[in-house]
Amino acid sequence: MSRPAIEMAPPTDAAPDARPPAVVVEGLQRRFGDIEAVRGIDFEVKSGEIFGFLGPNGAGKSTTIKILCTLLAPSGGRASVAGHDVVTDRDEVRRHIGLVFQDTTLDDYLSAEQNLRFHAELYGLPRAAIAPRLREVMELCGLWERRGSLVGTFSGGMKRRLEIARGLMHAPRVLFLDEPTIGLDPQTRSSIWRYIRELKQREDITIFLTTHYMDEAESCDRIAIIDAGRLVALDTPEALKARVGKDRVQIRTDDDAAASVALAQRFGVTGAVHDGVLTFAVASGEQFVPRLFAELGVAIRSISVSRPSLDDVFMSFTGSTIRDAEATSVDHMRNVARAMTGRRPS
Amino acid sequence: MSVAPAFTAVPARTFRNELRAIKIVWHRDMIRFLRDKPRIISALLQPMLYLFVLGSGLGAAVPRASGVDLRMFMFPGVMAMAVLFTCFFSAGSMVWDREFGFMREMLVAPVNRSAILVGKCCGGATVGTFQGLVMFAVAGLVGVPYSPALMIGVFAELVLLSFAITALAVMISARIRSMQAFMALVQMLMMPLFFLSGALFPLAGLPGWLTLLTRLDPLTYAVDPIRRLVLAHAAPNMPFAGVTWRAWIVPTWLELALVAATALLALGVAIVQFRRAD
Repeated sequence: MSRPAIEMAPPTDAAPDARPPAVVVEGLQRRFGDIEAVRGIDFEVKSGEIFGFLGPNGAGKSTTIKILCTLLAPSGGRASVAGHDVVTDRDEVRRHIGLVFQDTTLDDYLSAEQNLRFHAELYGLPRAAIAPRLREVMELCGLWERRGSLVGTFSGGMKRRLEIARGLMHAPRVLFLDEPTIGLDPQTRSSIWRYIRELKQREDITIFLTTHYMDEAESCDRIAIIDAGRLVALDTPEALKARVGKDRVQIRTDDDAAASVALAQRFGVTGAVHDGVLTFAVASGEQFVPRLFAELGVAIRSISVSRPSLDDVFMSFTGSTIRDAEATSVDHMRNVARAMTGRRPS
Repeated sequence: MSVAPAFTAVPARTFRNELRAIKIVWHRDMIRFLRDKPRIISALLQPMLYLFVLGSGLGAAVPRASGVDLRMFMFPGVMAMAVLFTCFFSAGSMVWDREFGFMREMLVAPVNRSAILVGKCCGGATVGTFQGLVMFAVAGLVGVPYSPALMIGVFAELVLLSFAITALAVMISARIRSMQAFMALVQMLMMPLFFLSGALFPLAGLPGWLTLLTRLDPLTYAVDPIRRLVLAHAAPNMPFAGVTWRAWIVPTWLELALVAATALLALGVAIVQFRRAD
């Protein structure tokens, strides 16, 4: 299949992309021993979109991405990337994808340029194309000036950008970013996102990323929420928020337990206490506040009302905040880790 | 605005691309070696240490018998030892790569995994041959002449020896995940291989069980041809016959063939192991 030139106009939201989907997943499963890390998920990623895979640590994000990148075989179901099956057509998939892992896979003892040249040679790019492409991706990631420096001298953010540049070297159809901003400070995180958005403008590419940061998920065209190995929601961030439709109210009280009980009895609303804050969702928050003060019967020290965020979306689909989900999934994660290293849980 | 690339996708896999992959894996090892100053310095100093400290020490312990200059006799063995260490640690970089993530960059590439291993073996062979040649540069100090025929012969044998040893080490490290485990395995395997190879003592007149063990050590057939070559040029009168099977003197071509066969076998096993690893 021929590809349009890289300079094509960025895909607009108005015109649906008529090209075949970049990623198709059907009934995908993956077990590690007795543990089901991915329990049968289905979704499609459209060509040219930024697709976010959102969920707490241990929800099955990395397992799914590894299957899509041909690094892990599924236990059941099928998946194809850029039209090629990840099991039967592994090499074809690898030729069409770029990968950026959570952990760095750069050679610290080579310069930035040498790392990219290594990649270009390994992927067998036409010799004449290497130098111009090298410059292009390094400029895109803001590293052209530092091309001669040893990677060992780079900061964490620069290394991540260099990995993105390297993942783009061979002009992949789909770029996979597994937690591209994990372990970076907020400023570096936002700069990585600036590069990701610019990348979408300049290259004809589909971006598939995983994250457990809600604010980052907002920047995606569509997001899939995964929890405990199951897909619980998939839509644009706006549509997901509209589906929740409720405002979030957070109150601090003198007695959270009594306030929770009162809330349930008098208003029929269930709240969750986290860090001394009682959080619950109601249809129209501003009108609810005067009633709350009048009828709760527990002293309220402070109150805040906010429009639904993706945090609320996550909460409404999974029944817990992403932080709580992470706390409970730690055990699950440990089991998965044990299963992956082949050790039996003791 | 961006420049449109001259390609639309990664080209399909061809034999030529596999060769390019081998070359770049080798090239990376070269860049890393040349940038590693301590490694180069130790490569340059190692021969002096082995030859003069070890050679002189053992030479003093063993009485000069029947006109055998032990230092000259040991020279090929010490050269093999230097090559052995260099190649093993060169192959150890595979474990290092796995531990620090770079291996993944290679594993997800659309190239045959055997190309990665062959590239690694070529890297080890180059560094090992370089080490051997540095060693050979001081050969004059123990009375080995610098004749062109000898140099060419030693060079060719060094290439084969280094490739074979690297292949053995790559086979060992193909599925090892931590540097500590690799070091432990190397210690366990390298020392017996080295001591049984006849690098430090003549292989004639040993007890039966030891004779058998030395004949099973592939390194024996790597050290012996170099020794035959060196002694033929340096001390044609020295009473030395080389490795024998019972009374039969194993011809040099067969020794070299055994080393080459060992290298190919090790590489083959390594490729199978490596394909299975994730």
